[in-house]
Amino acid sequence: MDTTTIETNFRSEEYFINMGPQHPATHGVLRLLLTIDGEIIKKVEPDLGYIHRSIEKMCERDTYQQIVHLTDRMDYLSSNINNEAVCLTVENALELEVPDRVKVIRTIIGELTRISSHCLWWGVMGMDVGALTTYFYGFRDRELINDIFEETCGARLTMNYNVPGGLMFDIHPNFVKRTKDFIAHFKTKLPEYDKLLTHNVIFQKRTKGIGILTKEDAISFGASGPVGRASGYSCDVRKHHPYSALDKVKFQEALKTEGDTYARYLVRIQEMWESLSIIEQLIDNIPEGEYRVATNAVIKLPKGEFYQRVETARGELGVYIISDGVKSPYRLKFRSPGFSNLSLLNHIAVGGKIGDLVATMATLDLVIPDIDR
Amino acid sequence: MIRALSITRSIHDWLYSSMSENMAYFIEMVLIAIVYLAIFAVAGLFLVLIERRVAAWFQLRIGPNRVGFQGLLQTMADALKLLSKELTGTEKADKFLYNLAPYFVIITALMALAVIPFTQDFQAFDINIGILFLIAISSIGVIGILLGGWSSNNKFALIGAMRSGVQTISYELSIGLSLLTMILITGSLQLSEIVEVQKSGWLIVQGHIPAIIAFMIYMIAGTAETNRAPFDMAEAESELGAGFHTEYSGMKFAYFFLAEFINMFIIAAIATTVFFGAWLSPFGITESIPILGVFWFLAKAMVLVFLMMWFRWTFPRLRVDQLLTLEWKYLLPLNLMNIVIMALIVWLNLTIQF
Amino acid sequence: MGSMKDSKPTDMTNQKLQELIGSWFPNPEAKSIPDVIVEDVIEEGSDKKPTAETIINPSLLEFSEEGSQFLNIFVQPEQLHTLMSELKKNKETYFDYLFCLSGVDWGTELGVVYHLESTTFRHTVVVKVKTADRENPTFDSVYDIWATAEFHEREVFDFFGIKFNNHPNLKRLFLTEEWEGFPLRKDYVDEINMVIK
Repeated sequence: MDTTTIETNFRSEEYFINMGPQHPATHGVLRLLLTIDGEIIKKVEPDLGYIHRSIEKMCERDTYQQIVHLTDRMDYLSSNINNEAVCLTVENALELEVPDRVKVIRTIIGELTRISSHCLWWGVMGMDVGALTTYFYGFRDRELINDIFEETCGARLTMNYNVPGGLMFDIHPNFVKRTKDFIAHFKTKLPEYDKLLTHNVIFQKRTKGIGILTKEDAISFGASGPVGRASGYSCDVRKHHPYSALDKVKFQEALKTEGDTYARYLVRIQEMWESLSIIEQLIDNIPEGEYRVATNAVIKLPKGEFYQRVETARGELGVYIISDGVKSPYRLKFRSPGFSNLSLLNHIAVGGKIGDLVATMATLDLVIPDIDR
Repeated sequence: MIRALSITRSIHDWLYSSMSENMAYFIEMVLIAIVYLAIFAVAGLFLVLIERRVAAWFQLRIGPNRVGFQGLLQTMADALKLLSKELTGTEKADKFLYNLAPYFVIITALMALAVIPFTQDFQAFDINIGILFLIAISSIGVIGILLGGWSSNNKFALIGAMRSGVQTISYELSIGLSLLTMILITGSLQLSEIVEVQKSGWLIVQGHIPAIIAFMIYMIAGTAETNRAPFDMAEAESELGAGFHTEYSGMKFAYFFLAEFINMFIIAAIATTVFFGAWLSPFGITESIPILGVFWFLAKAMVLVFLMMWFRWTFPRLRVDQLLTLEWKYLLPLNLMNIVIMALIVWLNLTIQF
Repeated sequence: MGSMKDSKPTDMTNQKLQELIGSWFPNPEAKSIPDVIVEDVIEEGSDKKPTAETIINPSLLEFSEEGSQFLNIFVQPEQLHTLMSELKKNKETYFDYLFCLSGVDWGTELGVVYHLESTTFRHTVVVKVKTADRENPTFDSVYDIWATAEFHEREVFDFFGIKFNNHPNLKRLFLTEEWEGFPLRKDYVDEINMVIK
């Protein structure tokens, strides 16, 4: 049989498949339109907006205190860091100096949030590549952080703990002890994560060399957070534009150069270690003082433009406020990390298999409300 | 052809004395079928429960423990729920094949159960090509999966079915060859004779190194054959939703689900028979009480079932091309080499026998 | 301002940046005047442009640092793409990271704000472009310079109705294809879904 006969008899045809909005691997209501040839991905087109709430438009009518609450609902896994971003923008605009105590507590809570987000990610990552048990291990440790948060401010997920000018309440008397207990606990559990998943041969086969993102592409696509850092792109906002108490602590920026799925995985694992070390440096040195400085009941920002960047668990969150001097911003734009990270999915997933797409997407760590805002 | 335990001997005699031979033969077959159906249903439900409890144990949970003592009736309740559920289906499905598919899967699973020697004389169908029959039957099951995936008119189901097809056909080879390695020692395909040979030492001991290699290959291939993690490509819930049974609901889904567990048991049972001396007790400690053979058989099978559950709740899933690489590039050559080694060992009389 | 106070490891001050970038687009009118003074005060977010310019800007671009922590560059839509590709390519500026692209409705004008950062020099600049055309606002796409712009421009198109020339896939991103109007514009009204206090 010559080749033409084979080609006509076994004609491979591209077809279209609809992944989501209800699909276990899209972690929320993300819809991917996949063009597939057999198992090989030819094109990935995200279809967004299933839970778009137009937070940016809502911000244009709300006061700055109210806006803080809306940010919880964007990237709900790093809600505290989102809150902090808006608070910092407002404080900078008002040129309000917050007490050191507030800065330190914000940093600790922020890093705890990062660990809890990464714990969840780790569990889900394992699940996406088929190891169902990781999910429960991740949640076990995340639960302890949530307990600390619950004791601190009453909420476990959308915390609203930061307000412009400081914190809503002071920390609970148990906070320091429980955080230390958690660190001691988590230090024994993190090596378990490695044993269960990182060192697993199948897992490494599934992730090494998959979804490669070069440094140039990472920068061009605006990748940030662990996604950018796994490609060797030093993009940690905590290093380059430190905020709160982050300029006082020493930590290493988790950098890898491979840019594949496995590198992104390792970066996040390393980030958990780094976050632990940041908390350790600060937890014994929480300065005494006020937990909040008074602001006007109605905050009016001066006329002008304000931009604040923070590092959430997913990457760089930017808050861009254009104020015309009234109680609400004239325009408020959230530059969400997930949105930019999603935009590179097509670039790195093409040519892989469906299984690779799922693994790659897991390491992009998408939170859909963050993308849909 | 049909041998039964001594309890059933009297029933057998009574049937043959009270009616014509053909009639008695027919009734006997029906009775045995009912007995096996009962075993099948109970084993399936029990295995589901075990799986859930084992999974819970691995995952720092408790698992079902509310319905009945330690959740013993949980899977019963689930089965009842599934029975009473609406059978949804796709509008544009190929109705005939769509409805036929689950029966393919469940019937082949049941047929394989017939040749398994639970204990001496407790074997419904002891044919002289026992192993060949098992291999043949187990590869029919995949037709049900292919049909189910194809006729559902769902792309996810189709991908799942195709993956399952490619996987089962590949791993069928490894199963066959690893069992063939052991047949070299026994010289017979008949299961009762394979057991007989093992009275002078379980085959895994008799065949020592190549037998252990064959056992490992068999377990890997067997796990793949049943479409269980880390080879659950056909379902791969994070990739394909539910794979080939995406469009099935109610009892039809339950058939697929039960068949998976029965198949797991069958794989373990074959391994028990071929490698671990079936119902033979270790060192013949309970040889005088033949009924305890059932206990030994089930105990050995359960250990292997647990091993498969352990795989499932620990390992991530392979990718479809890695799965094929593993089979065609590693397991198959290793297997062929292993057969040669085993042949040499048998030829040179290097087997260990007590 | 605030947290941005500082850690830029760059020898490029905003002043130097302004001189450099400004020199790429020399103002033909300014050439006759020998001694030019850099004009760097522009009314922020304004609709009223300086009507009678006493000092002629040596560049076609306008610069401002007022009311913002970054150097702002105002560019005409025609020069946008040239400026952007030069900002990316030039060895001294090398703005390779577009970290924010926002659409803004300035009331009478529609505009896009580009926040650029250089990952090597760590300096930041903001480029603003505006058009008074509310019916059919169009700018050049910068997706060929920064790949991230593809999605961000689609978002801007979705919410502001600003079109981008040469965009590979300009269609609604969040909203449905049949959605009427552009929600983030200031004149958008939706009696049912919008709660206005």
